[in-house]
Amino acid sequence: MNYKMIGRVNALILAVEAAFMFPALLICLWDRDFPTALAFWHSILLTLAASGILALFSRKARRGFYAREGLVCVGISWIIMSLLGCLPFYLSGQIPHYIDALFEIVSGFTTTGASVVADVEVLTRGVLYWRSFSHWLGGMGVLVFLLAIIPLSGRNDGFTMHLLRAESPGPNVGKLVPRMRQTAMILYLIYILLTILTVLFLLAGKMPLFDAVCTAFGTAGTGGFGIKSDSMAGYSPYLQNVCTVFMLLFGVNFSCYFLLLLRRFRSVWQDEELRIYLAFFVGSTALITWNLRGFYETIGETVRHAAFQVSSIMTTTGFATVDFDAWPSFSKAILLCLMIVGACAGSTGGGMKCIRVLLLLKIMRRNIQQVLHPQKIQVIRVNGQVMSEKILGNTNAYLAAYVVIVISSFLIVSLDGFSITTNLSAVLACFNNIGPGLELVGPAGNFGSFSILSKLVLILNMLAGRLEIFPMLVLLSRSTWKHQ
Amino acid sequence: MKILIAGDGKVGATLTRQLSAEGYDITLIDSDQEVLERSMEQYDVMTVYGNCASMDVLKTADVGEAQLLIAVTSADEVNLLSCLTAHALNPRIHTIARIRNPEYTGQAYSMREAFALSLSINPDRQAAVEIERLIKYPGFLKRSSFAKGRVEIVELRVTEKSALCGLALSSFYKVLSCKVLVCAVLRDGRAIAPDGNFVLQPADKIFVTASADSLTTLLKNLNIITHKAKRVMLAGGGRVSYYLAQDLSRAGYSVQLIEQSEERCRQLASLLPDTCIVHGDASDQTLLDSEGLSDCDVFVSLTGLDELNMILSLCAQSSGVPHVITKIGRFTTSKILDSLPLGSVVSPRELSCSTIVRYVRAMQNKEGAALTIHSIAEGQAEAIEFLVDRNTRHCGEPLKVLNVRKNVLVCCIIRGIQTIIPDGDSFLKERDTVIIVATNEIVIRQLNDIFEE
Repeated sequence: MNYKMIGRVNALILAVEAAFMFPALLICLWDRDFPTALAFWHSILLTLAASGILALFSRKARRGFYAREGLVCVGISWIIMSLLGCLPFYLSGQIPHYIDALFEIVSGFTTTGASVVADVEVLTRGVLYWRSFSHWLGGMGVLVFLLAIIPLSGRNDGFTMHLLRAESPGPNVGKLVPRMRQTAMILYLIYILLTILTVLFLLAGKMPLFDAVCTAFGTAGTGGFGIKSDSMAGYSPYLQNVCTVFMLLFGVNFSCYFLLLLRRFRSVWQDEELRIYLAFFVGSTALITWNLRGFYETIGETVRHAAFQVSSIMTTTGFATVDFDAWPSFSKAILLCLMIVGACAGSTGGGMKCIRVLLLLKIMRRNIQQVLHPQKIQVIRVNGQVMSEKILGNTNAYLAAYVVIVISSFLIVSLDGFSITTNLSAVLACFNNIGPGLELVGPAGNFGSFSILSKLVLILNMLAGRLEIFPMLVLLSRSTWKHQ
Repeated sequence: MKILIAGDGKVGATLTRQLSAEGYDITLIDSDQEVLERSMEQYDVMTVYGNCASMDVLKTADVGEAQLLIAVTSADEVNLLSCLTAHALNPRIHTIARIRNPEYTGQAYSMREAFALSLSINPDRQAAVEIERLIKYPGFLKRSSFAKGRVEIVELRVTEKSALCGLALSSFYKVLSCKVLVCAVLRDGRAIAPDGNFVLQPADKIFVTASADSLTTLLKNLNIITHKAKRVMLAGGGRVSYYLAQDLSRAGYSVQLIEQSEERCRQLASLLPDTCIVHGDASDQTLLDSEGLSDCDVFVSLTGLDELNMILSLCAQSSGVPHVITKIGRFTTSKILDSLPLGSVVSPRELSCSTIVRYVRAMQNKEGAALTIHSIAEGQAEAIEFLVDRNTRHCGEPLKVLNVRKNVLVCCIIRGIQTIIPDGDSFLKERDTVIIVATNEIVIRQLNDIFEE
């Protein structure tokens, strides 16, 4: 294993992280909030020091970077980034326990949005900014950012492909253009443009600038940290609708936007994943609206709340305009199912991804056919392209790993003695990077009451969910560390 | 510049490595997903899965934005169809196709407009030409060719007995009576760009530029060609052998060809009336001996198996054949190859790749980039081929009044069909091709870099 190369990439990641802490520091200074500013200052220094040590250690990195290094590198980088990224919370004393602070930042980077803080309004603006910004950074991924700004090694190495594959969600990650650096730049440009658009739309609804920026970060990364205790409930219907639309937009595969830029509208319109994604959204909204009839005063209000919650849960954002824990069981069940489905591959959202659900449905249909006609040879197509058996096998393995992780986490978390709904929805909400679950961890609650063990399990769940399981499993596998 | 490479085989992969390193955006097309996967992990390129001759696949690969299509799949017909289709989708695109079947080679050239071909490449033919040149002028340590093979830089060693020893470069023409230019001298491991007063010493390695014709004269006058090679033995009856036997027989050599398959032997016998075709296994030592291996002047191993070629060459070398040539198809030039006494090594793949790369560089030449770069003098100097264009300064001024940088030498000018070994009165003209030799400490990126200021 090429430890030095991994070290070098991680050193760069920490340097980027330290640079991104600066705006939060400036906000603290602007607010004359010197204790928090000092916490940020120390965090920056510590992060830079860690980066420097790693850089020293990895001075003479040899070449040779393969799938194994890529997975390990991505897994480790997210852990190190979180271990240092939570320092501002911890050092400022606003989240007094280190594990709680870690939970909060992992929840931020993985765009989960699950919080241990009972009342977010007591947090200072610098901390609130860093919390929301972590969504934005984690949404598209720091490594992809790194690929966009730094030519990682020479000009002609394909190894960056392993990094993109490990960090970007989806069963079949590819490049948009021949050069990795340009691919990463295009992704980030689309991301930044859409984020700016969100801010502008929010500002048009008379949201204060700070609120608009933080909300936009939470929406763009499909994270869901609010800066108000009641999440989005206190904002005007216009602002809530803007959020509904943009959450939905950020849950779409970004290569669709690239195709739009290339004016290939037909291929976007015919994209099967996009269609099933929108179908899920429209269908769920309609069913919940029907189920909630009489719950709110007007039909318009019902549709607005239903659409917001569906969009928020499905894209794994986790904002809320109402306490949906009070909704009837059928609506809650739909939301629970949507948690598992998740957004599209190649978006900032989490969950199992629509494309995998689509593939699994198609695999199931094929297996039924095969039972009836054992000799039949059948390929599975998505968007007219034949999916290789390797991708199908990976999808099955993903489902298996998914179920195993959910069950084992659920068992461990249940040790705390809360209700089954709380425990299961907490695991699903963390593992799928959503945020709020049901009952105790519902939109009105938080994760603060779990034990340290449960919090650690949930932290691992969030990381595994964001990185699509395998980079984390690889870290835990013995054969990864064995010398060959 | 965007380039599509269709066919991720041996040549495709080599081209990908080289062109991607030179900063071109490469999209690879192949019908084998696994090969594509491997290439994508190795190089910073995009891949498209499918048949490169199909319109949909070419559209997916964004043929409309590409400036060049290089079709190097194993099937000639697919290559041609791919170029045709690409041209129909994007009339501005340049196309290069590899055509290996001898039956198509002629028509690929004469019908190049109908096929929409900018360039057709025949690696076997190129290898044969290269081997023929090696046979014609033995005695070089190394050689590099420029301007499509019309100018060569050869490396010679000055020995004490040689006429070169103690010779000042200004009197070169008087003594040797042919127009050549010594463009670099390697003395004690250091490269020197010599002037007229430079005197050669024993153990110098000199690098001589000459047109292909003067080279023969030079070698004759230096008594390097002691006796002309007459008997050539070829092991293996593939396409390269066919081309080579044809050319050599025409040039008056006596050629023996050993081939394993009887059917192919009959075919070759009908195609090559002047060649002695022997049916047998070339790896059989007794067969080689009975066919007179030790009397051969040149032995060329051209079977389809690299390993066999190496063994055969080693075997010929040990039987005392003076000149051995080995064809290597798969292995790229490696250190192990250099350490074996295989004689001259010829790789059809490398040859066609360098031709294609040269074409790509020429396409890009709007900014005056180099067409061909060869490193000479143990890597301490570079010989670079440029095209003189509108932006070149000092056109039409004689070289003696120009302020050319130290350790840079203009060593050849090709004007139309004329090859000029320049002296002080020579000048540059637009559309000339020039060859510059510069020692390593000087960075020459474009032609104008050779002038002092």
